Order: sequence, then C-alpha cells, then structure tokens
Amino acid sequence: MGRRRLVALLLGAGSLLGLGLYAKRGHRRERVDLYFADGSMISIAGDSPNAARLLPLTRDALRAVRA
Amino acid sequence: MDRAEQALTELTEISSQVAAAVLFDKSGKVVASTLPAERAERLASSARALLEAAQEVRAGELTQLEGVSGEGSVFVVRDGDRVIAAVTGHEPTAGLVFYDLKSCLRRAAEEPKAKRRTAAKPKSKRAKSSGSS
Repeated sequence: MGRRRLVALLLGAGSLLGLGLYAKRGHRRERVDLYFADGSMISIAGDSPNAARLLPLTRDALRAVRA
Repeated sequence: MDRAEQALTELTEISSQVAAAVLFDKSGKVVASTLPAERAERLASSARALLEAAQEVRAGELTQLEGVSGEGSVFVVRDGDRVIAAVTGHEPTAGLVFYDLKSCLRRAAEEPKAKRRTAAKPKSKRAKSSGSS
C-alpha cells in the first residue's frame, strides 16, 4: 500500500512538473518580430515591456478569427 | 469578384498555413476578407492597432510583423496604403507566409488587364464586295 502511494505521489508530482515546464516553454515562445524597410529586424520577447503592449493585440487578432 | 477578393481567394488556395486573412486600407476600412464582415472588422482593427503600436517601438518604416502567441501567429504586411493581416496556426513557416502575403498585396493592387480588342474583321464587307462584283 505504501509503495502504491509513493508511486502515485511520484506520478502526480511528475505530471505537475511537466505541466509547469510545458506552460513555461509556451510562455517563453511568445514574441513579436518586427521587420523594417531598411532590412533590419527586431524580435521582442514575451517578457519585455514592449511585448506587454504588443502581445495582447496579437491575442485580440487571433481571437477575432476564432470568435 | 474584384481584384482584392480574387487575390485573397488565390492566397488561401496557395497557402495552406493561412487560416484567415483580411485586406484593409490605412484607415482600417476592410477591402476584402475570407471572414464574415464582423470578424473581418475585428481582425482588421486589431491588426491595425498592432501595427501602430509596433511602429512606436523604434524609428524607421515598419513594413511587416509577426506576432506569436500560444494560440497561433498573426502576420501583418504593409505596402503603401494597403495592409494585409493573416492568422495561422502554430509554428508556421514565416518566410513563406510573408512571401504569400506580399504576393497577395501585389495582385490586389494590380489593375485589371484590359481585354484585347481586335480590329473588326472586314471579311464580311470584302465578301459582300467580292460577291457583288
């Protein structure tokens, strides 16, 4: 019984850890890439201050299609 | 079907990655779309706001952008007064999508080709004149 509990506990903890890592990976992937007429490009990562303005607008656009 | 609608139809036929697209002008007025009117206006409005906010990030003329979120990607390409916004699923091939959107904008801006007018064949007249003489 004790062994079963330990296995269940480990499985639960592993699942939670996996979910956390997956969510973190998904969050890190969020970004906005900007391309300028002079050929330059900048990538704004999801955790930067500019992304705080641009990513909600990106999500709005995606939701407009899926609504 | 006008040029803009035709260009969007061709875009969705060519690019399997594009789930929906809308063509609009600088003021945000929808010119053509693959979506119903209300959703097209919402997409155009969000894409325009995104373009304007992105333009403020740095000096210089912003021509295109890709916004990536957990729900998918949004592409916005500007060429003169016309703008196209498209939505794709996860991890699209950005270079290909940008290429297809630029081609679509170009096609939408093209003037319709004038039909060739061939000179009226004077055959019947000749036939008449040869018949009469």
